[in-house]
Amino acid sequence: MHPAYSIIFFTVSSGAGFGLLAALGLAAFFGLPPLGVVYWAGFILGFGLSGAGLISSTFHLGHPERAWRALSQWRSSWLSREGVLAIATLAVAGVFALILLIGGAGQIWGLLTAILSLVTVYSTSMIYGQLKTVQRWSQSLTPVMFLSFALASGALLYASLRVIAYGGGGILPTLAALLIFVAWGVKLLWWRRGDEAPALSTPESATGLGHMGRVRMLEAPHTGGNYLLKEMGYKVARKHQAKLRQIAIALGGALPLVATLLASWGVLPGLFMVIAVLAFLGGLLAERWLFFAEAEHAVMTYYNRG
Amino acid sequence: MTSLPAPSDVKLGLVIDLDTCVGCHACVISCKEWNTGGYGAALGDQDAYGDAPVGAFLNRVHTFEAKPEEGPAAVVHFPKSCLHCEDAPCVTVCPTGASYKRAEDGIVLVNEDACIGCGLCAWACPYGAREMDPVEKVMKKCTLCVDRIYNENIPEEDRVPSCVRTCPAGARHFGDLGDPDSDISQLVETRGGFDLMPEQGTKPVNKYLPPRPKTVTPVPELPDLTDLAASRAEEKADGFFGWLDRALEKL
Repeated sequence: MHPAYSIIFFTVSSGAGFGLLAALGLAAFFGLPPLGVVYWAGFILGFGLSGAGLISSTFHLGHPERAWRALSQWRSSWLSREGVLAIATLAVAGVFALILLIGGAGQIWGLLTAILSLVTVYSTSMIYGQLKTVQRWSQSLTPVMFLSFALASGALLYASLRVIAYGGGGILPTLAALLIFVAWGVKLLWWRRGDEAPALSTPESATGLGHMGRVRMLEAPHTGGNYLLKEMGYKVARKHQAKLRQIAIALGGALPLVATLLASWGVLPGLFMVIAVLAFLGGLLAERWLFFAEAEHAVMTYYNRG
Repeated sequence: MTSLPAPSDVKLGLVIDLDTCVGCHACVISCKEWNTGGYGAALGDQDAYGDAPVGAFLNRVHTFEAKPEEGPAAVVHFPKSCLHCEDAPCVTVCPTGASYKRAEDGIVLVNEDACIGCGLCAWACPYGAREMDPVEKVMKKCTLCVDRIYNENIPEEDRVPSCVRTCPAGARHFGDLGDPDSDISQLVETRGGFDLMPEQGTKPVNKYLPPRPKTVTPVPELPDLTDLAASRAEEKADGFFGWLDRALEKL
């Protein structure tokens, strides 16, 4: 599948933003309402990352001026649900932020913000997870993967803000490290299942000519390119795929894990948390690029590219 | 509304005969011509006379080879357009309601004025039936020539999809696949029509008819011509050619 930069940025950024809003909400729910620097930086980052992601997602549209219409079909469409839920979450998070500002504890609104944030991330993941045509995406682990990356992003950002504001290591960086570890564990399992699954559709099933022998395309419908080949025919070379996976794991998994653990032991906690955040988000961009680039679409069985 | 309607009694669709299709692409051109002037925005092209032309088409003809374990391979021309699926995944994923399936006859259409050009419907279609128009940036797809089949301003014989009307081989058939007694349903029944990618669960309305098995003609026993040539070479020529042969040997 064609990896559109706007969509890669959207899924990473809104995942991190909603993850952070969820972390702020949960903190308030457990009686630790974010105050001072953590409050301001937390909400600016939370709204900023999720909002920037949503705006970025409209850049790949043919008609962004009609984007409002996408809020109408929540009964059937995950993309529409995602839009509706994102706006609802930002509104509820706004109320939550206001309550904290006027000195409230925000336990209920914090919990509501956390739940809605995670449901929004779930609906983002289902935009891809619902597509039977892209076998690698239509796994039951796809939403688990998106949710665990969003939770890890949120916990990591929240832990960094706490460490920078109040200093010291402690339990939060350890929790972030644990969530990063879990997220990459899910990702590795998702990769393995995607690699090992036998193809659902083949040139034989696509043409119905399997009873006549092995089927291959002899002549393409056009000598030039077309929309299908550009959008669904994108394929990353096998050798680059392996290398890019290693880069994503090293940058988004190993490095942040070591950095957060060092921070939790009190070794230059502020510096190492910032390193962890930058490495993790950088690694996620590589991971998300691969998410699209290595996914194969059923229609390519008609083009000898399946 | 992008929820699917209850299955309609009338299921208009195409039946494509892979046995008779000659791969001439006339249906592709006829479709492009009609749909450029008909339903919705014109079917756009970019760089049409340049090095890398691209354009939106609603119908494309592939050519496949089917090679058995033994014996010669078969070549099959394979026209492909929207199959107007009963469980159309392209409809339910649409966030705006632009993509819809008609309750009265099952035709899947795009309301281009409401299309935001997100491309998710094209991702959801396993058949590659939807293409984004490179100029208008809205999704284009086969309309089953909805502007012909009910059109009382054109002669009755023209009230079929443009591709069907134009096919010189008679490989394309149009009709109601919801009615088991219709000519087209009977054709599917007798010829063993099949679905493309049944494993995708889309329940396509359009059907394909398989190529008929080839007649196996026994190869006649022929003399081994290599032996014949060798034995002939040893024969002595006589008469004029014998004299010429000897004369040339002596030179």
